[in-house]
Amino acid sequence: MPVELSRGRWLFALLPLVLLAALLAVIVWSGPADAVRGDGYPPIERLTFQRVTLEPGAIVATVLNDGPDAVSIAQVQVDDAFWTFATDKGQELGHLGRTTLRVPYPWVEGETHVLRVLTSTGTPFDHEIAVAVETPTISMRFLGVFTLIGLYVGVLPVAIGLLWFPFLAKLSARGMDFLLALTIGLLAFLLVDGAMEGLEASSLLPESFQGGVLFVLAAAGAYLLLEWVSALLKARRTGSGGWVLAVMIAVGIGLHNFGEGLAIGSAFALGEATLGTLLIIGFTLHNTTEGLAIVAPLARERQRVPVRDLITLGLIGGVPTIGGAWLGGFVYSPIWAVLFLAVGVGAIAQVIGQIARQVGREKSEARAFVSTPVMAGLVAGFAVMYVTGMLVG
Amino acid sequence: MGTVGRVPFDAFNPTTYLRSWNFSDLPTEQRSKYYRETPLPDGRLLREYEIYAVDREIEIAPGMFFPAWTYNGQVPGPTIRATEGDRIKVTFRNAGVHPHTMHFHGWHPPAMDGALHGQEVQPGATFVYEFDADPFGLHLYHCHTVPLKRHIHKGLYGTFLIDPRGGRPPADELVMVMNGFDTNFDSENEMYAVNTVANAYMQDPIRVTVGQLVRIYLVNLTEFDLINSFHLHGMFFDVYRTGTSITPGERTDTIMLCQGERAVLETTFRYPGDFMFHAHQSEFAELGWMGLFRAVEAGSAG
Repeated sequence: MPVELSRGRWLFALLPLVLLAALLAVIVWSGPADAVRGDGYPPIERLTFQRVTLEPGAIVATVLNDGPDAVSIAQVQVDDAFWTFATDKGQELGHLGRTTLRVPYPWVEGETHVLRVLTSTGTPFDHEIAVAVETPTISMRFLGVFTLIGLYVGVLPVAIGLLWFPFLAKLSARGMDFLLALTIGLLAFLLVDGAMEGLEASSLLPESFQGGVLFVLAAAGAYLLLEWVSALLKARRTGSGGWVLAVMIAVGIGLHNFGEGLAIGSAFALGEATLGTLLIIGFTLHNTTEGLAIVAPLARERQRVPVRDLITLGLIGGVPTIGGAWLGGFVYSPIWAVLFLAVGVGAIAQVIGQIARQVGREKSEARAFVSTPVMAGLVAGFAVMYVTGMLVG
Repeated sequence: MGTVGRVPFDAFNPTTYLRSWNFSDLPTEQRSKYYRETPLPDGRLLREYEIYAVDREIEIAPGMFFPAWTYNGQVPGPTIRATEGDRIKVTFRNAGVHPHTMHFHGWHPPAMDGALHGQEVQPGATFVYEFDADPFGLHLYHCHTVPLKRHIHKGLYGTFLIDPRGGRPPADELVMVMNGFDTNFDSENEMYAVNTVANAYMQDPIRVTVGQLVRIYLVNLTEFDLINSFHLHGMFFDVYRTGTSITPGERTDTIMLCQGERAVLETTFRYPGDFMFHAHQSEFAELGWMGLFRAVEAGSAG
C-alpha cells in the first residue's frame, strides 16, 4: 500500500506539469496574441547595445534583441550618414539573439558620435559614444595601467587603513564603541552607495534580464551565503570571533571594491570618464577608511595579530579592485557590474549586522546604540565617507 | 560609406521610372488598362488615366521597408504627361483604407481641386478629375487629405508634366522626384533619396550619352525639411523654373527647391565617365540622396 500511495503522489506532482505543457502547446499553436494584433500590426522591436568599442578606423558594437519578436537589422547610420557594416552572426536576430556589427568609420578622437541601427521597419536604435577614445585591448601596457589604478584606489589605501591597528588596540571601552559605530557608519554609506550604483547599472540592462530583480536577489543571496559561512567558521572555531568578523568585513569590502574597480575600468575604457588625479585621490581617501573598518573587530579583542594576517586581510579587501578594473576595462558589460555590486551590498549588510551584534553584546541593542560614543561614531563614519565621496562624485 | 546590399527592383525600378510616363513602362495590352489617348475633333488629345490609391509596403533601402500609401503601388506615383491644351481625365479609385484625393497643380476649377472640404474620396469610392492641361511646365500631383503631412510623406505624390505645343528640343529626358521617408514617425526623415530608393543610382548609374542634350524634370516632394537641392559635379546646367518658359532663367550647378517647387534642367555631357549628383545638404546626401551619371561616347557599348 505505501508503494502505491507514493506512486499516486508522483502522479499528482506530474499532472500539473503535463497540463502546463499542453497549455503552452495550445498557446503556441493558436497564437492568441497574433489574433489580437492582426496582420498589419508592426512587430515589437527592441535592440539593446551591449558593448560598443572603438578600434582605429572602426566602431564595433554588439547588439542584443531583447524584444519578444524577431528583429532584422537593415542598415546602419553613423552621425546621420548611411554607412557600410558587416556582422559576425548575421542581421536576423531572434529573441535574445545577438550580433556584433563592425562599422568602418573614421571616428574622431575626443568627439561625440552617434551610432544608429535601422531595422527592417526603419525603426532606429541609437547609441551615443560620448567621447571617442580607442578602446584598450588586452596588452601589457593596459594591464599595467589598470593594475596601477587598482593599487592606488584599492590595495594601498586599505593597507594604510590597517596600520591604525596598534593604535586602536589600546583604545578604551568607550573608544572601542565609537570605533565600531564608526565602522558601521562607513559600511552603511557603502551599502547605500553600492545599492544606488547597482540599481543604476541594472537600468542599463536589457529589459529581459530584469536588472532590478537580479540585483536584489544577488544581494540577498550574498547576505545569506555569508551568514552561512560565518556560522560555519564560528562552529568550527577556526579563529577568534574578531578574526572571523574581520575576514567577513574584508570579503564584503573586497566584493564592493571589485564592483568599484569594474566601474572605474569600464569608464576609463569607454571614454566616459577622464580618470583625473583628483578622482584617484578621492578613491584613495575614501578607501583608506575601509582598512579601518576591517581591523576594528580585531582591535576590540585586544590580542596580538600577526602582521601576516593583517596583510592577508588587506589583500582580501583591496586586490579585487585590480581584478574589477581588468574585467571592466576589457570585457565590460553592465550585467557584471550589477552582479558584483549586488554581492557587495549583500556582504556589507551582513557585516553590518555582525558588528551591530558586537556593539550590543553587553546591553540590549537599542540601549547600546543610544550611547554617546556610538551615536558619534555612526555620524562620524557616515560623514567621513560622505566628504571623501564628494571627491569621487 | 553608403548602404549595404541591394533593393530588388521587381516591384519598383528607379532606372525604369526615370524615363517612363503615361505608363510607357507597361506592355501595350496592360498599358491600355491604365492609359488611353483619343484625338478630339478640335485637334487636341483626350488623355484618360486609371489611377488608384493602395497601401503597400515598399523597400526604400536594402532590407528597410516602409508602410507606404501609393498611387498605383509605386512611390512616386506614375508620371502623367500631356501637351498643353490636352484634355485630362483621371479616374481615381481609392483602394486604400483612408480617404484620399488627387490634387493637381495647374489651372482647374475648384470642383477639380481635390483639396476642399468634402472632396475626399472615401475608401472604395471613385472620382473623375477632368481639366485641361494648362499651363505648359513641370507640375505635380499629390493627395490633399488631412493630415496633409502624413498623406504626402506616406508616398501619395507624382509628377504632372505638360509639354509646350510643338514640344521642347529632343533630349534624353529623366524624371527625378526628391523625397524622404520618416520611418519612425517622429516628423523627421530617417533617409532621403531621389526616386525613393536610397543610393539607387550610386549602384546603378544613370547611363547618358556624351554630346546629347539631357533634360531633367526635377520635383521636390520632401516632407518635413524646408528645402532640398540638386548639385551636379563637373558640369553646369540651364534652369527653367517650373518649366513655364522656354528660355532658361539661369545657369548654375546647384539649385535649391522648396517643397512643391520644381525645375527643368538642361545640360550636355562634355566628357565620358562618372559624374556625381546629390543634394548639396551633405546630410541628405549621406542619408541616401546621392547618385551617379555614367556618360559614354555615342556608339560605344558603354
